[in-house]
Formats: sequence, structure tokens, C-alpha cells
Amino acid sequence: MFRKLTLTAAAALALTAGQATAAEVETHIEDFAFSFEGPFGSYDQMQLQRGLQVYTEICSACHGLELIPFRTLHDEGGPALPEDQVRAYAEAYEIFDPALFDSEGDFRPATPADHFPASSLSNAPDLSLMAKARAGFHGPYGTGISQFVNGMGGAEYIASLLTGYEEEPECALEGDPMDGYYNVAFAAGGFPDSCKDDHGKHKVPGSWISMAPPLYGDDVEYADGHATDLHHVAEDVSAFLMWTAEPKMMARKQAGLTGFIFLTVLSVLLYLTNKRLWAPHKKKKH
Amino acid sequence: MAGIPHDHYEPNSKGEKWLHSRLPIVGLLYDTLMIPTPKNLNWMWIWGIVLTFTLVLQIVTGIVLVMHYVPHVDMAFQSVEHIMRNVNGGHMIRYFHMNGASLFFFAVYLHIFRGLYYGSYKAPREVTWIVGMLIYVLMMGTAFMGYVLPWGQMSFHGTAVITGLFGAIPFIGESVQVWLLGTPNGAIDQPALNRFFSLHYLLPFVIAGLVAVHIWAFHTTGNNNPTGVEVRRTSKEDAAKDTLPFWPYFVIKDLFALAIIMALFVAVVGFMPNYLGHPDNYIPANPLATPSHIVPEWYFLPFYAILRAFDQEVWLVIAVNWLSFGIIDAKFFGVIAMFGAIVVMALAPWLDTSSVRSGRYRPMFKWWFWLLVVDFIVLMWVGARPAEGIYPYIALLGSTYWFAYFLVILPLLGVIEKPMTPPATIEDDFNAHYAPDDAGSTTLAKPAE
Repeated sequence: MFRKLTLTAAAALALTAGQATAAEVETHIEDFAFSFEGPFGSYDQMQLQRGLQVYTEICSACHGLELIPFRTLHDEGGPALPEDQVRAYAEAYEIFDPALFDSEGDFRPATPADHFPASSLSNAPDLSLMAKARAGFHGPYGTGISQFVNGMGGAEYIASLLTGYEEEPECALEGDPMDGYYNVAFAAGGFPDSCKDDHGKHKVPGSWISMAPPLYGDDVEYADGHATDLHHVAEDVSAFLMWTAEPKMMARKQAGLTGFIFLTVLSVLLYLTNKRLWAPHKKKKH
Repeated sequence: MAGIPHDHYEPNSKGEKWLHSRLPIVGLLYDTLMIPTPKNLNWMWIWGIVLTFTLVLQIVTGIVLVMHYVPHVDMAFQSVEHIMRNVNGGHMIRYFHMNGASLFFFAVYLHIFRGLYYGSYKAPREVTWIVGMLIYVLMMGTAFMGYVLPWGQMSFHGTAVITGLFGAIPFIGESVQVWLLGTPNGAIDQPALNRFFSLHYLLPFVIAGLVAVHIWAFHTTGNNNPTGVEVRRTSKEDAAKDTLPFWPYFVIKDLFALAIIMALFVAVVGFMPNYLGHPDNYIPANPLATPSHIVPEWYFLPFYAILRAFDQEVWLVIAVNWLSFGIIDAKFFGVIAMFGAIVVMALAPWLDTSSVRSGRYRPMFKWWFWLLVVDFIVLMWVGARPAEGIYPYIALLGSTYWFAYFLVILPLLGVIEKPMTPPATIEDDFNAHYAPDDAGSTTLAKPAE
């Protein structure tokens, strides 16, 4: 065991030292124009509510949101559902309460104080933080400029993934059939050797993901009459998942703006104070 | 305590005299605050205040975070999310703390390079320099252990890599690794999280103590300044021509600079708090799934690049491996190089042979210095790139220059370079830019009429 763990550590070190062999997988991430981008961007309340609907009707079949309490659906700067709707929404979920039935536990309808259930499939990751955990495409050349300039982040990644299912490329048909589905935005999946060149470099973007395409367009019916094509539905649910990952974004930007203005005014005052203070000692040369 | 002659605190009232004869604390504060400071200090002399402020910011936000954080492998990640979602203002406190680490290193790197350019490390300020280097090393340890606490993917696998470095030490490495992680089999688990949490809380106070020593040391020698010329100590009057008291002149100047830095910092925290972090740390730690790229935080990258630069294909590594009968392998060589990169910097006071202190009057030194700055930035960039293609060669070239600067260039320049003549006094330098001072060096500015 002792030896094995030392080897693990050594392997981890070697891995970082020798990422050489793992060629970087090219992916297609589309730049969506989300309402919450930039210092002044804010969540679109209606979009978050539509995204919640998409999550509820489609994603929640397999995925969970275990970090999110139902009550936060009422929060300002979020979907801001009315309280009675939050209560009714929560009641639609059954959760296991270990305190019930003489501490043996039993199922009961959820209340706003409970959290969304966890994922029901073991290989379906929890989505609570996904929009922050997948924000890592700091291009070009690792400088992070595209992320900085275009405001691209995890929400873009999720939307690109949901719309990124494509026909398998020709090269994949040569060898054994691949498990899963070809997706141009997904980097971490399986990849057939027949699509690599002699140096192991991938000839096509993306890789094979085990999740079947969850959205096809017209999967939901919106009460507000918003378009339900694939692009818009993917955009809505990605915005909702950005909110689950960063529920305090509006409060944070507000605090940032207030702080920035306050400190800018303070800087000006201190600049003038400093100038006057030093004036007798720093006379202009005649 | 300063060696520069100046007025000291005189207790006037009965109460002041009573306290002063028992505990001269007011006198200590007075002398510290009124220290004669070279009046030609430029804007690179503000980073000390920024750093002191950041240390306080980190300690204060850290103490509040500890009130809500749970150092348990099953709960650490959830407790951080609890802070982000449920604690009043918790998301701001945590983002301030998280980005505060970046501000700390940003400021310390500018502070260090300021010292390297103006020769602040040279006699008689070697102790200030060495204490500063100790603070820097402790900062790195503290930052690393703080990064482990959220127990995300990068926390966990970063710990594997860093403790693995100690495992590379011949003979005792495995034992050291077990000792660091606290588990008999060297697994990264609850004991590691507990001790990192304990040390992450302790070390900032050790840093605070060393900061006091750092300040004490340079208050004894007096500040360096852009000319590198010492303040005249022949008489109080001469010293007063070269200096102004720290309060109010430099306090206000530093506060002005601090306000600007803080405005930018607040903008980063408010508008792009995760830009400098790594997204993988928003995934709970999973020992079975190793992230495809384990990359340290940006402030470790130059030294991480040096660690990786010396692989088994470098002839120097092969030679050392052969000469040491295989004891020093490529991995251990990399570890030595990484720590050595900091050690050579700490030894700068004895490696620099030039008789002129400030780089301003050293025509050849200037070029080598700016090349070192570029080298540092290139190493930082290449440290985040995968070790493939051309990147390892860039890393090796950059690492070689880092060592060459301290071990070859600094000693040689002192011999071959012909420096310019610095001004005779600080007053001369100051008067070269401004009209002669007729306000009297110690009088304050008159209030506005």
C-alpha cells in the first residue's frame, strides 16, 4: 500500500511533468450572448424560470442539484418565483427524511427548506456547480483572453454541449463502433484511433459522450411563448445552471460597482490631499 | 530606534510621563510613525503598505470564514458552498479571501523586483532581505494549504503533486511524505486536511510577526531609495535635508496608492472573481478521477516551470544522476532546482559584487535585470502549458537564465561594468527634479487659505 501510494504520487507528478502524451483536444465552444455577461449584465428572470422548467422536465430525470435549496427559487436576483409557487414546486418532489417513522426514515413531499434531490444515476454528475466547474477554456495559448474579452464561461460550455451533438465523422466508421454519442464540445470522452493521425493528434474536434442527446428542440412548451428551438432551450437551461452555480451574482456585481465607485472617489480625494501636502516640497523648477 | 538622527517623543503632561516611565509605548509608536524617510521615494515604494494591508485583509476575512468552514473531508466542500450561498455576505468574504491571495502575490512580486532593481538587498539591508524571503516562502506555504481547504479536485490532486515533491527526496522522502500527510500509508485524507487547516490558521500570524521584524530591520538601517545613496547621518539638520517624516507625507501617498489598488481589486472581486482560479476546484475532490491538467495557481507557475524544466533528457541532469550514482534522479533534481531558485534569490546580497547600489546608475545591469523580469513572465506562462512540443525548451532556457542571473551575471557585472556616478546626496537628486525646498523639511503643509 505504502509503495503503491508513493507510486501514485510519483505518477501524479509524472502526469503533470509529462502531459506531453495527452494531446489537447480541440472543442467547439460557441459564444452565446447571455444577459448576465459583463460587469453590468444581469440574470433575465423569465429566462431563469424557463430554464427551471427545462431542468424540471428533462434534466432532472437523471441529474441532481443537491446544493440548491428550493427556497432560493424565491430569491431576488434569481428566478424569483412567488412563495406559493415555490411551495407547490417543492411539494412535487419526494425526499427521504431520516427523522420520520420513529427515526427509521420515510419519504415525504419536500418543503422550501429542503434541497433539490441528488442525481438519480450514478454516472450523471450533479449540476449545481457545473457552470463554474466547466469554465476552463482559457484560450488562446492559456492566456485567458477569449474568456476575458468575450465573457465566455461555463454557461457557454453547457449550451455548446447541448447543441454540439453531430453525425459521427467518417473516420469513426472505419474501426469498431464507438460507445456513446459524438459531441464537438465534449473533451473528456472516448476517441477512436481511426480518427487520430500518425502523431496521435485528433483529426476531428470533440469526443464521444455517454449522455444521449437530451434536447432536440420543441422539447418543452413555454408559458411565455418564447421560442422552443434547440438553440433557445439550451440557452435557457444554461442560464438557469449559471444561476445555480452563482446565485449571488447580482449582489456581487452590485457590491463590486459600489466599492469601485467609492474607492475611485476616495482615490481622487487622496490624490488631491497628497498633492497639496507635498506642494511646498515639490515646487516646479523655474 | 532608527539610526537616522531625528526628534524623539517627549512626554509632556503628567499622565504621559507616568505612562512613559512605565511603558514607553507611545514613544515607540511615535518613532515608528515619524521615521525620517528619503523624500525621493518613487511609486515602487508603495507595495509594502499594500502588502501589510493585504495581510490584515486575509487574516480578517479568514477568521470570519473559519466561523463557517468545516475541516472534514465529507463536509469541507459543502461548507464552502454554504458560505457562498447561505452566510450573509459570505460570497463576498470568500471571494475577497480567494482573490486576496492573488493580490498578495502580485504585490510581493513587484516588491521583490523593486528590491532587485534598486539594490535594496545590499549591505546593510541583508537581514531585511532575508526576513523578506522567509515571509515569501511562508506565504507560499500558507497559500498552498489554503487552496487545499475547499477540498475540490485541484485541492486534492495538487496536494498529491506537492507532497509528492517531498517524496522525491532520496532515503527519507517516503517518511517525510507520511509525516506531512499524517496517514501511515501516505494517503491524502482527513489527517492531511486537519493539519493543513491548522497550519493555514497559524502561519499568517507567524508572517505577521516576521513582518514586524522586517519593518524593525529596515527602520534600523533606514529605507533604501531610488538613488541607493544613504541618508546623511552627520547631523539632524543634514538628515532633515534628505528626508521627510513618514507621517503625514508617506502615509497619505501610500494611502492614495492603496486606494487605487483596492479599486482595481474590488473590480476583480466584483466582476470576475473566478478568473484567476481553476474551474476544477468547483468539483468535489475525487481520489479516483485525476484532472487531465493539474496546474498550480498562477503565482506558483514560474517555480513550477523550473521544477518541470529539468527532465531526464537534460545533460546536466544526466551528469548529476551519473555522478551521484543515481541518488539524484531527474525528479529530485527538479525539486532541488525549484527550491534552489528561491535560495539563489535570497543569496543576492552576497552574489552581487557591484559597489553601486541602485540599478539606475548601472548601464549594463539594467538590461540583464529587465531580461530577468521578462524571464519571470515567460516562466509563468510556460508553467501553465503542457510539457510538450517547444514548451519544455522554453522552460529550460528560462530556468537556466534565472540561475545564470544570480550565479554568474550578478557576480561578474560588479567586475566588468563601469557604473555611472550616483548623486552625492538624496537632496541633490530631489533638487534635480524640483525647485529647492524653502518650506523647511519638517514643517507640514499650510492649510488652504
